[in-house]
Amino acid sequence: MSGAIERLSSRFRTCAVTGLKVNKDSENLIKANAVIAIVCLLIGVTAAFGLVLTRWQTVHLLPAEMYYRFLTLHGMNMLIFFIIFFEMAILYFAGPVLLNARQPTPKLGWAAFGLMVIGMIMVNVMILMGKADVLFTSYPPLQAHPLYYLGVILFAVGALLATSLFFAALVVAKREKTYKGSVPLVTFGATTAAIIAVITLVHGAATYIPALLWSMNLIELDAQLYRLLFWALGHSSQQINVAAMVSVWYLLGGLTVGAVVLNEKVSRTAFVLYILFISMASAHHLLVDPGFGSAWKIWNTSYAMYLAVLASMVHGFTVPAGLEIGQRLRGFNAGKFEWLRKAPWGDPGFSGMVLSVVIFGFLGGITGVVIGTEQINIIVHNTMRLPGHFHATVAGGTALAFMAVTYYVLPLIFQKRIAFWKLAKLQPWIFGGGMSLMCMSMIYMGIFGVPRRHWDSSFSNAPFSVEFHPAVWISQASMGVGGLLAASGALLFVIIAVVTVFFGKPLTEQAIREGASGIPQGVLKLPAQLHEGEKVVAVHKKGAPGTMVLIMIFFACFVLYYFVNWKILSFLWKVG
Amino acid sequence: MSETESMHSGIVPPQGVWWKNVPPQEKVWITIAFVWCMILFAMMPVWHIRGGQNPSGIRHKVDPAAFLERTERFVEEYKIGEESGIPVVEPPPGSHVYLVGRMWQWYPVLKLKKGVEYTLHLSSIDVNHGFALFPVNINFQVIPGYDYGLKITPNQSGDFRIICNEFCGIGHHMMVGKVLVVD
Repeated sequence: MSGAIERLSSRFRTCAVTGLKVNKDSENLIKANAVIAIVCLLIGVTAAFGLVLTRWQTVHLLPAEMYYRFLTLHGMNMLIFFIIFFEMAILYFAGPVLLNARQPTPKLGWAAFGLMVIGMIMVNVMILMGKADVLFTSYPPLQAHPLYYLGVILFAVGALLATSLFFAALVVAKREKTYKGSVPLVTFGATTAAIIAVITLVHGAATYIPALLWSMNLIELDAQLYRLLFWALGHSSQQINVAAMVSVWYLLGGLTVGAVVLNEKVSRTAFVLYILFISMASAHHLLVDPGFGSAWKIWNTSYAMYLAVLASMVHGFTVPAGLEIGQRLRGFNAGKFEWLRKAPWGDPGFSGMVLSVVIFGFLGGITGVVIGTEQINIIVHNTMRLPGHFHATVAGGTALAFMAVTYYVLPLIFQKRIAFWKLAKLQPWIFGGGMSLMCMSMIYMGIFGVPRRHWDSSFSNAPFSVEFHPAVWISQASMGVGGLLAASGALLFVIIAVVTVFFGKPLTEQAIREGASGIPQGVLKLPAQLHEGEKVVAVHKKGAPGTMVLIMIFFACFVLYYFVNWKILSFLWKVG
Repeated sequence: MSETESMHSGIVPPQGVWWKNVPPQEKVWITIAFVWCMILFAMMPVWHIRGGQNPSGIRHKVDPAAFLERTERFVEEYKIGEESGIPVVEPPPGSHVYLVGRMWQWYPVLKLKKGVEYTLHLSSIDVNHGFALFPVNINFQVIPGYDYGLKITPNQSGDFRIICNEFCGIGHHMMVGKVLVVD
């Protein structure tokens, strides 16, 4: 018996920075999932270069067939593989590691990982062989090889298993009393992400199992029904991202500047709102479809009266306000914005997180709510405004948050000093800046009716000529520049992460004491995570006046953009 | 103001009861956000009553072959010419108009009158297509097996295009149709 306990305790190490007891099984699972996530990111980035250089008509690099193939490859690797592998790593971190617990059934974790890798490889091979030129959405009757659908199913089963281990870790930690009090907010947020993941993966089964049978000519498939089910998977999976990303914001806030949780009740309720309403977002993709009536569209597209939007607006306040109060507690208390001026902008973990909040909120969030309005969707559906919106949410928001947290995962979990530290400090700005420029250019082009997923803006072989507004060509160039910057930023991230993992200098206590390069400031000296005493009362009373100003600027942009779109809509032909 | 003797980050397990009163600034923002959400919601039904652009339509399932046949009859009845090998059709004002999306063509070319209401039936006979009236920027999804009948009233004359904006295979980017609107 004592032997067993010793064996178990030898599976733990105590983190020198955070004091957390980290078990090696979870740690290895985090490493494996994170490494494969970055491999998938690399595939996606490679495709991205091809896409940007093709869509930019002046360059027009790839032939049509390769363009659509790269588009499929880019979509699957970015939206599904990179992000879900990374989320599995987050779940192994937010469960067992944050709760000081052991990893329940690590073998099952490895089986899940294996299934996901096999599924990912099958899908990518099918795409590259040209047997699945159906784009990310694979709308029937466009058909891919059965192995493509089977690959997605295997991947989803693996992800479902890994998610179940997160729930198991919650139970184990509770039963073995590895923490006192309630689970931390970050773990709570990750739990909502995991619950949404289960909902999403069930829809995934409902989508891809019939699609597999249909591709084998065993059943018939209704094109409209597939779209409904697919987006219950496709959009919900983006909501896993949102919940995971917001959790990462709270995590990085704590690690970088000791951000506080303003009010646990509010933040946790907001997370619960995500679970309740988020799968209704399938409707966002069906607003100008023939299969559904307006009552259904209005109710579902608004997530039952916009309560999930309310949740995001709440986090959009509590996250920066938490940063502000954390900074004020560290002594940056002068005026409205000293906390912001004196923030650790040279820490990629911090700058990446803040850019993620800003890009997600201003570019992704506002545009998302606006284009998800039933009638406004008429001037938006399948135009370039769509990729403009979701690159701001998924890439500028989620992917950037995941990159930022990687700058803390590398030293804390891989125990390595970050390679190319000076470039790493710039990386979030290159990626975030490029992505913002690309998104705004896409949105601008979309307003002129430029279609998405389209190889030839010159329409040279079409029976009738199409002349775009001259502004479109300027936007294409700025999209090209922004896209190349963003893809370079992502590539830089991949290089930094890979070199750090495989060739990085180890993180020693001596290196931390000496303040060696390649160590983010939050790892050099972890900010206080718990504040007590009189200072707290004074700061709490003052609240977050700077954030109040920022959030009002955000609100003004939101209202303006929303009503401008109604105005544009009103100029259209009457339709109904 | 609630109990404020301690504050903690999101990675610390909160102790005791965390169901506490909300600070005043947060309360203000939540109230603003909630009211805004209700306005966002109300705008959609309001636009159905007061606005001119809604995706309601007359919607039902249809056999693709039957839709094609109906369109052929429509073309035969009102054909006035041909452009790029595609028939040009001028339906009478107020009538039902049929448009087929297929790999990779919009069939037929339509000639409409400004200020007159038509019921435009959209469907596909093969895969998903995207109806995008250019440069007006009206977009609808076109799905095989479903008839989407939309009441449209052109408010400007001119020479318009229909771009396909849903990926429909290798010829997707060549799928361009035409609508003429005359005074």
